[in-house]
Amino acid sequence: MEAVSNAGPEFETRALTGWGRTAPSVARVAHPTTEDQVIAAVAQATERGVIARGLGRSYGDPAQNAGGMVVDMNGLDRIHSIDADTGLAVIDAGVNLDQLMRAALPFGLWVPVLPGTRQVTIGGAIGSDIHGKNHHTAGSFGNHVRSMDLLTADGRVRTITPDGPESELFWATVGGMGLTGIILRATVALKHIESAYFVVDTDRTSTLDETLSLFADGSDENYDYSMAWFDSISTGDKLGRAVFSRGSLATVDQLPKKLRAHPLKFDAPQLLTLPNVFPNGLANKLTFRALGEAWYRKAPKQARGQIQNLTAFYHPLDLFGEWNRAYGPNGFLQYQFIIPFEADADLRRIVRRIAESGHVSFLNVLKRMGEGNAAPLSFPRPGWTITVDFPITPGLPAFCAELDELVLGVGGRLYLAKESRTAPETFHRMYPRLDEWRKVRHSVDPGGLFISDQARRLEL
Amino acid sequence: MINAVGTPQSLLLLGGTSEIGLAVAENYARQAPLTVVLAARPSERLDAAAEKLRGLGATVRTIPFDAKDIDSHPGVVEQAFADGDIDVAVIAFGLLGDPEQAWQDHATGVELAQVNYTAPVSLGIALAERLREQGHGSIVALSSVAGERVRRSNFVYGSTKAGFDGFYLGLGEALRPDGIHVTVVRPGFVHTKMTEGLKAAPMATTPDKVAEIVVDAVRRRRDLVWAPGQWRAVMSVLRHIPRPIFRKLPI
Repeated sequence: MEAVSNAGPEFETRALTGWGRTAPSVARVAHPTTEDQVIAAVAQATERGVIARGLGRSYGDPAQNAGGMVVDMNGLDRIHSIDADTGLAVIDAGVNLDQLMRAALPFGLWVPVLPGTRQVTIGGAIGSDIHGKNHHTAGSFGNHVRSMDLLTADGRVRTITPDGPESELFWATVGGMGLTGIILRATVALKHIESAYFVVDTDRTSTLDETLSLFADGSDENYDYSMAWFDSISTGDKLGRAVFSRGSLATVDQLPKKLRAHPLKFDAPQLLTLPNVFPNGLANKLTFRALGEAWYRKAPKQARGQIQNLTAFYHPLDLFGEWNRAYGPNGFLQYQFIIPFEADADLRRIVRRIAESGHVSFLNVLKRMGEGNAAPLSFPRPGWTITVDFPITPGLPAFCAELDELVLGVGGRLYLAKESRTAPETFHRMYPRLDEWRKVRHSVDPGGLFISDQARRLEL
Repeated sequence: MINAVGTPQSLLLLGGTSEIGLAVAENYARQAPLTVVLAARPSERLDAAAEKLRGLGATVRTIPFDAKDIDSHPGVVEQAFADGDIDVAVIAFGLLGDPEQAWQDHATGVELAQVNYTAPVSLGIALAERLREQGHGSIVALSSVAGERVRRSNFVYGSTKAGFDGFYLGLGEALRPDGIHVTVVRPGFVHTKMTEGLKAAPMATTPDKVAEIVVDAVRRRRDLVWAPGQWRAVMSVLRHIPRPIFRKLPI
């Protein structure tokens, strides 16, 4: 007998924002620790509905529900099983990727898709259908989910699979931003590995042309993981110069002798947690230009076969806890879009436009994306994806609206996990399969019980 | 919903023919798709204002509203929210009146007090209730520098604005835990129909300029702004001048 299982979840009323620290709204937040408590919480939802929230790493408002209920899923954090042979892990939706990675490593298993942070819950990873540097070889997170238990508006818990009888609901839930129901548990297929280290090649390019041709020359296919940080502040020739960091997980043979004894060891150092004291405007052209120059210069012109751990290769920002505070109380937004490969002339135009705009971004990522999956709202598709971060300043709304038009004009789109400001109609045109998704959502939730600020704002 | 860059999707204008209010609506409508509810007494001016906003691509609805009919206010607010959330509500109505008549004629003085103070309190309470339920939103209260230190030359008007200003600043504090934001705006002399024929005071401004200040204040979730901003310094000096000297100033 567990005494807690009969008690209802705890509630508090509080203001929530996303990682960009913009557009706060207040909701009644439930903190369940069991599946029964999630069901009990959802049963108490008012006409303002309910949405699940994980670690709040989406930049905008998808894990907020103004005036309604938000279910904090972090209390459901049990890893039920990890099968070393099949690689299948059965985990609660509130388990985060860091926790899963650490639990899986001793079995020689690896989380198949890792985004730029491991502070993402399984529920969030599925809801946003997140991708990582290995999208061109591994696809997005939804591709690796074998089944999930979904609490739907009728109070039922359905077990859904990618090709079972309710496969439409499965794929509407992948990338569905929590709007089909609350994911309680999932079975995820992990990847067998020999070590937790990467064999990394670094290349530095000095112009945008060089950057794009290095991506296009086919060399990307030699690496499981690939991305480039690029310069979006310098104008002239330096614009678009990049540091490529590409690699694959190392086999034990590839490791230097001293690492071979513990190839699956993982340390995640954190230098410091940023205090909440940064003023607005510290993130400006001067500081970003200096940081960008340093970032570019610290990379070698070319290096081959370096052995790097996950933090060095993949998650350098993990060295700084709560780094979003550096943007000050006005917050910031991340603008991530994808455009088809054919539009590479437009890609150049957009990068140039960003550099000329006066809006400065330090965290600029360029990546080649591979095939998409069956999910109607999943973001990835073959093409170029660019991610830039902008502090919130007066001219930003108009500039972002201009970028929207450029992106839409070449058949591109925005990523819901990053989106925080586009117009509903613009978004609808970016996702031609939206109506298909709406039909599935309507069939399981005709009354619109599951709703978020983002869904209201974008009229999903 | 107000988005990450502080742009709302829906706007309620209480005082739907207010030039400053309409300038705010037009400013937003130029930025992004906007639904506007104009609450005012039916008139040709109201229809013209609605048409102008539609011309900017906004979806406009008008609802009848009489500031003096206090009992009708909860119903007006109900109607304004009938089609969905209101992101920003602007309290934009008010009377200036003849300052000498206002303190000597009973009906004139009471009317000023009702329209400029009682009605905004009545609506503020009704709005607060709806906004708390929806868990987000901003109120913009168009106050006046005249309320910051009440002058002999227009003290009835000034006193109503002083009360108005205090009520909305306090409402902002009260609504803070609910995530509802209140911005009090204190314009100086603004060239509008209300001030037509009056001699323009120093630092006179226009509805469009005030609107820019309002839009920026909502975006940055500011509690109190002056229009233009220089008024803040001027008023902070005026506020501290001893009465015997203040009395002799030509203001």
